[in-house]
Amino acid sequence: MADIFDAYAPADAWDEMFERPGEVRTAYEPVLAALQPVEPAELRFRADQMARAFTDRGVTYAFAGEERPWPLDLVPRILDALEWDLIQRGVAQRVRALEAYLADAYGPCRAFEDGVVPWRLLLNSPHFHRAAHGVEPPGGVRIHVAGIDLVRDEAGDFRVLEDNVRVPSGVSYVIENRRAMTRVFPSLFAEQHVVPVDGYAQRLLAALRAAAPGGIGDPRVVVLTPGPNNAAYFEHALLARLMGVQLVEGHDLVCRGNRVWMRTTRGEMPVHVVYRRLDDDFLDPLHFRPDSVIGCPGIMGAAMAGNVTLANAVGNGVADDKLLYTYVPDLIRYYLSEEPILPNVESFRPDEPGQLEAVLDQIDQLVIKPVDGAGGQGIVIGPKADRETLERTRQAVAADPRGWIAQRPVALSTSPTLAGERMAPRHIDLRPFAVNDGSEVWVLPGGLTRVALQEGNLIVNSSQGGGSKDTWVLAEGPAERPYEEAGGPLPEKAPRQLGPDGTRAVVQEGAQQ
Amino acid sequence: MNDVILSRIAEALTWTGRYVERADATGRILDAYLHRLLEDPWRDEDTACRSLYAILGVDAPGRQHHCDMQQVLDQLAFDARSTGSIEGALGAARLNARSAREAVSSEMWECLNSTWHALADQRTAARRTGGPYAYLELVRRRAALFFGLADSTMSRDDSWRFVVLGRSLERVDMTVRLLSVRVLDAAHAPDWPTLLSASGADEAYARVHGGFGEGPKVAEFLLLDRDFPRSALHALTTAEECLAALGRPRQDPARRPIGALRTHLEYLDSESLEAGLPTLLRDLQQACMASAEAVAEKFFPYQGPVEWAQEGA
Repeated sequence: MADIFDAYAPADAWDEMFERPGEVRTAYEPVLAALQPVEPAELRFRADQMARAFTDRGVTYAFAGEERPWPLDLVPRILDALEWDLIQRGVAQRVRALEAYLADAYGPCRAFEDGVVPWRLLLNSPHFHRAAHGVEPPGGVRIHVAGIDLVRDEAGDFRVLEDNVRVPSGVSYVIENRRAMTRVFPSLFAEQHVVPVDGYAQRLLAALRAAAPGGIGDPRVVVLTPGPNNAAYFEHALLARLMGVQLVEGHDLVCRGNRVWMRTTRGEMPVHVVYRRLDDDFLDPLHFRPDSVIGCPGIMGAAMAGNVTLANAVGNGVADDKLLYTYVPDLIRYYLSEEPILPNVESFRPDEPGQLEAVLDQIDQLVIKPVDGAGGQGIVIGPKADRETLERTRQAVAADPRGWIAQRPVALSTSPTLAGERMAPRHIDLRPFAVNDGSEVWVLPGGLTRVALQEGNLIVNSSQGGGSKDTWVLAEGPAERPYEEAGGPLPEKAPRQLGPDGTRAVVQEGAQQ
Repeated sequence: MNDVILSRIAEALTWTGRYVERADATGRILDAYLHRLLEDPWRDEDTACRSLYAILGVDAPGRQHHCDMQQVLDQLAFDARSTGSIEGALGAARLNARSAREAVSSEMWECLNSTWHALADQRTAARRTGGPYAYLELVRRRAALFFGLADSTMSRDDSWRFVVLGRSLERVDMTVRLLSVRVLDAAHAPDWPTLLSASGADEAYARVHGGFGEGPKVAEFLLLDRDFPRSALHALTTAEECLAALGRPRQDPARRPIGALRTHLEYLDSESLEAGLPTLLRDLQQACMASAEAVAEKFFPYQGPVEWAQEGA
C-alpha cells in the first residue's frame, strides 16, 4: 500500500512530527497511526467534505475577492503539556508587560524618563492617540484580548514574532477547526485527551463585563463590526452569538450626552461595553477619519467621559508597533522584574546609531519588515529577494529608518500537510489568544496554527493564501473532566404508539427511514 | 440579555421571512403551471406564461413576442438580480440573514446558505434536462426546512415574531395575487384546480370539500378557511398575533388595517364574498402594504447606509 508519508522529506527546519526521517515524536504517534493507513484518495475525500461543510456553514474568508472555504489541513498540530505550560506562561507574561507599558505610556511615562525606551518611539508612533491620554480604563485593562504570534526555530525553541494587542483576529477559526476535526477524526479525540477550546466565549464575556464602567449593575456588552463585507465578519458574528450579545454596526449606535445607545425595536437602550472589531481610525469620525462611515460619531467622547468601555482600548497600537517589539524583553525586566520566558527573534533597529549601516550591509541576509505592516504585507525576505527588490528596500530603509525593523531569518518549523495526494512539510506558526479580565491573563489552550501552503513559503497569513491546522494541547496524565458525569438511571422511555387496534405498531418503526 | 433586538436586525428578520416565503410560493406557482402545461397539450403556452407574469407582478414581454416557459423560468426562477424571482429572493434572504447572524440560529443560517450554494447545480441540471422540477422541489423543501428550523430553534421572542410577521404578510400577498389573476384578468386565468395546487392547498381542500375545486368554493377556501395556513384569514390572524405580541396598542397603524380586514373576513358569508371579491382582493393587498409600511416606520425608524438587500432601495 502506498504510504502518504513515503516521500516526506523534512526541510531544513525543525519538524513538528518527525525527530528525524522515519522517527516520529511521541506526542504524534497516535496521529501518525491514524493517518498512515488512510489512502490518499480517502484523505482527499475527507478534506473535500470538510471544505464543503465550511462553505455551507459560511465559514469562509475572502481571497482575491472570492468567497473560499476556510482552509483547514487534516493533520493537527500538537503541543504537549510541557510545551504548552511554557507558551502559556510566556504569553501571559508578555501581555502583563505590554499592559504595564500602555498604562505607563498613557500615564506617568516612567520607562521613557528612565531611558528604557526612547521618547521618540512613543511620540513618532502613528498609533499614539492623545484622545486616549489620561483615560483610566476600568480595572486598568487596555488589552482585553491579545494574539501573540510565535514561531519555533531550528533548535525547536519558541520565539515571539509579533504582538497583536489592537484587534487580533482568528480565534473563531480555532473554535471552528476543532469542531470540524472532531467530526473528521472522532476516535483520535477519544484517545488523546485534547484540552477543549470551547470556553473562550465565556471567558471573553466575563472579561468584557468586568471591564464595564463602575457602578453599573448589569452592563450591556455589544460587539461592534464594520459589517458583512468585512473579511472577519464571520468571526464577529460567531463571538456575538456565542456570548449572546448584540452584533452592532456603527449606525445601530447613537451617542448623546456622552453616552452610547443602541437603536432597538423598543427604543434606545444604553450600551456599556463595546467589543469593537474595527481599527481606531474608523471608530469615531469626530476624532479620527472624518470620512469613515462604519464608526459611530461621539463614541470616543463617551469613552473619555468614562461612560462606555472600548475593548480593546484606543491607542493600543503603540504597544504592538514592530519597533516596540524589540524592546519588550527589556520591558518585562523593567516592569515585572522577571526574565522573559519566551525570547524574541533576533532583531535590529535601523533607527539606532550604527545599526542602520549594519542592516544595509547585510540586507540580503535579513528579513525586513515595515513597522506598520499587517497581514504579511511589505515584508522582504532578504535571502529570497532579487537584486532589484533588495536595492529598492535598501533605499526605503535608508530614507525612513524609523519605519522598518530587520530580523534574522528563522526557518519556521514544519509540519506534515496534505499537498495534493501526499504529505509534505510546510512552515507553520502559532497565534495563541489571551484574555485579560483584570485579575488574570488567561490563554486559550492552543491557538491558531497557520500554514504556508506554498512549498518553502515563510508567510502564513490567510490573506496571502495560507491555511490552518487544528492545534491540540495534550492534557497531562488522564484527561481532566471539566464536568461531572450525570449519574442516576435514565428516565423511562416514552410509551410507544399503539396501533388502531390497540396492539403495538411494531412495523411502523424501522420502516420509515 | 437579548431581551431587545436592534431595529436593523428586526428589519433583516422580517425581510428574511418574506423572501423565503416568496421563493416558496413562487416555486409552487411555477410548478403547478408547468405541470398543467405538460398535462394538457392543447393549452396555449403564451397565455399561460403571461398569466404567470401577471400573478407575480413582473412585466411581460410585448404582445409581438411569443412567451415560452424557458423565458419565464429565466425571469421568475433563475434571475439572481430580481427579488421577484426565486433565486433573487433566496439571495436577498441569505444576505438579510447574514446581516442578522447572531439573531437567527446557526441552523437557519446554514439552511439558507447551503441552499444558495446548491441552487447553481440544480439550475444547471434544469437547463440540461429541460425540467426544473428538482430545482423547484429543492426550493420548496429548503423553505419548509427553514421555517421548521425557525419554529424549533428560535425562542418565541420578538426575533421570531418578526420572521413570522414577514412570512405572514408575504403569504397574504401571494394568495391574493393568485386569486386576483383569476378574478380580475380572466384572459390569463388559471383554472381553479391549478390555483389550488399552486397554493399547496389541493389536498387540504379535497379533505374539506371533496373534489378538485371549482369556482367560488376555491376562492372561499383560500381566503376564509380558518385552519389552512396559507389562507388569507389564517395568515392575517398570525400577522395580527405577532403585532399584538410585539407590544403595540390596538390603535397601532400596523395592526389596525389587517385587524379590520381579519374581522371582516371572519363574518363574511359566501354570497357577499362572491359579489365583492374584486374589491376585497384590492383591500387585502392595500391592507398588507399599509401594515408593512407602518411596521417599518414604527420598528425600523432609521435609514441605514447599506440597503442592498431590501426592496425599493
